[in-house]
Amino acid sequence: MSIAKTASEHHHAHHFESPEKEFIASKEGVWLFLATEILMFGGLFVALTIFRGLYPEVFLKGATTVDWRMGALNTVVLIFSSLTMALGIHYFQKGDRQKAIISLAVTVLCGAVFMVVKYFEYSHKLHLGLAPAKFFTNPEMANIEHIKIYFGLYYTMTGLHGAHVLIGMGLISWILYRAIAKDEFGPKYFTPVEGVGLFWHIIDLIWIFLFPLFYLT
Amino acid sequence: MAHVANATHNEDYLHHGKGLWSWMTTLDHKRIGLMYFLSILVFFFIGGIYALLIRTELIAPGSTIMGPDQYNKVMTYHGSIMVFMVIIPGIPAFLGNFLLPIMLGAKDVAFPRLNLASYYVFMLGAFISVTSLFTTGVDTGWTFYTPYSLQTKSGVILMVAGAFTMGMSSILTGLNFIVTVHRLRAPGMTMTRMPLMVWALYSTAILQVLATPVLGITLLLLIFERLFGVGIFDSTLGGDPVLFQHFFWFYSHPAVYIMILPAMGVISELIATFSRKTIFGYTAIAYSSLAIAVLSFFVWGHHLFVSGQSEWAGILFSFITMLVGVPTAIKMFNWVATMYRGSVKLDAPMLFAVGFMFLFLIGGLTGIMLATIALDVHLHDTYFVVAHFHYVMVGGTLMAFMGGIYYWFPKMFGKMVNEFPAKLSWFFIFLGFNVTFFPQFILGSLGMPRRYFDYLPEFTALNRISTVGSYLIATGFLIALGTIIHGLIAGRKATANPWGGKTLEWTIASPPIHDNFNKIPVITAGPYEYR
Repeated sequence: MSIAKTASEHHHAHHFESPEKEFIASKEGVWLFLATEILMFGGLFVALTIFRGLYPEVFLKGATTVDWRMGALNTVVLIFSSLTMALGIHYFQKGDRQKAIISLAVTVLCGAVFMVVKYFEYSHKLHLGLAPAKFFTNPEMANIEHIKIYFGLYYTMTGLHGAHVLIGMGLISWILYRAIAKDEFGPKYFTPVEGVGLFWHIIDLIWIFLFPLFYLT
Repeated sequence: MAHVANATHNEDYLHHGKGLWSWMTTLDHKRIGLMYFLSILVFFFIGGIYALLIRTELIAPGSTIMGPDQYNKVMTYHGSIMVFMVIIPGIPAFLGNFLLPIMLGAKDVAFPRLNLASYYVFMLGAFISVTSLFTTGVDTGWTFYTPYSLQTKSGVILMVAGAFTMGMSSILTGLNFIVTVHRLRAPGMTMTRMPLMVWALYSTAILQVLATPVLGITLLLLIFERLFGVGIFDSTLGGDPVLFQHFFWFYSHPAVYIMILPAMGVISELIATFSRKTIFGYTAIAYSSLAIAVLSFFVWGHHLFVSGQSEWAGILFSFITMLVGVPTAIKMFNWVATMYRGSVKLDAPMLFAVGFMFLFLIGGLTGIMLATIALDVHLHDTYFVVAHFHYVMVGGTLMAFMGGIYYWFPKMFGKMVNEFPAKLSWFFIFLGFNVTFFPQFILGSLGMPRRYFDYLPEFTALNRISTVGSYLIATGFLIALGTIIHGLIAGRKATANPWGGKTLEWTIASPPIHDNFNKIPVITAGPYEYR
């Protein structure tokens, strides 16, 4: 019982008829979870739409404070990481463990690059005093009415997204650990890899909406 | 290892594994259900004490036992505890956890570890909420409306963070249930052979998964707003406090159906079993649960008739709200039609079911009254609304909850409770409930506003009646608690099927074995084949 399970001998849980059924159920669970993520971010996108409609000039002005090149770089990095994530799953399915591990490691690395770029963006803005309302000190922007809403939404949405990137990186690292130290995944069992992969893609997808809405006005 | 497992294979789930640790780490859906039961009972007790404090304060005009600030906090904690910690998790997390896999012919829910995790997430959320008591307390009411919730100096952040965490637990439970219903039905258990309790839990789960995330982000925004000033709810920054109300009710109106749908599921089971008759209109009842779930997403605006939304939106929301009456009425008529010419047996669970129908009818019809814009402008934020939602939540959900406890108690613990005190508890709860809340309809229509610690002297008589009623309810619940404890300790042994039920849980031992079924059953007929 206590022997580590390896790729060839994964046992499905006792209440499922077969490993296939367990796989389908797990995947359905992940999809439902992704639905909750979309609804959660959905609330924020609704707020963004409302305030863009109310104060379009605020979003025009706000977008001048963010650097679209940074945003574009991060978009490319995340899209590339989605490719490597998908490759990781693909290689596990093919039984090519080494390539799978490299793909996933690259994915985590891309996540890290994304966060570093984000860190520079944030610290630059905070340096200029373009912080959320309670800490907003920028003198030039202060006379634009309602400009603080732009930054409130900017930090909330990209911040929540960034938190998801961090969680995603943690999850992929956990997959890597299980793959490297325990050799758990292979053509017969890759459920957690696929689940984490789906999560990673949704994070990517949300960023693809955030980028034009905040950077390209 | 294998032979040890065989030795304990036929032992009932209560004795499969011993000691506190085996309970705290259990992956058994039945045990997790009972852990929810115990927690919810404790929260119900606390929430009930707050209710009695409210009613005692209102026994006479002016300050009776507390001041206005104290009253606001008591009212907030009563609402928050009862909504987030008792009524929302009550039936799904406790009865649902225990019954759903068994009713489907499964050995467990799809994700047992997630199931245990959601219990701990729930308890963590409850703990965080309760810690707000040790700050300055929360006095916003359970709805946390902005702008007051942004201005008040109190533990709003903790309370809201707790509600957020409990919401996560609710999402995970719902997710688990949906996948279980989709993927773990026994051979032959088609969707249209599932017990109506399962249909109700399934519809509830859809709501839990799709509505709760919106509450999550709303509460998170409220926390950020207080900590950093996001601005979207804060009018001084150009934000819109009414947007909070939209967001809040986008979840919290579906949440009302998260509270009532499982109750309707319980009632369907009770009515069928105690009428000894195939349920009338199975398909209609099943799909009406889904219909209520779908409609519930499009009615939130009826909470905002006087908050400054457009008249057209108001008319639309009013109309859709009234539409909810249709599937609800379908259920009521089908239950009555099931009882018609059935061999109705008024055991304690059935008394609660009949009580439910009586009270829920009043709660539901007054809901349609409140959906009428012209009337709502007059009745908004009066005691009429208080009476209405208590008729739904307490008269509906709690009656079904109590009926469900008495009905499935023998299955859970293998023991019977005494019929007489069980019926007596029904008598006090049912009578006390009407004495408490019916006068509030009158008070509300006379114009007594809700949420104040004081009232005009002419409202004294009706308030006094209401307060006496709340003591009767408390008596009823204390009798029920005594009955259950007595049943646990000294109840006589229950047979596998003491009520003559036809759903799968009555085909297995009381209490069930750890794996529920020695052999997964093959289903060949619908759930209520009485004749």
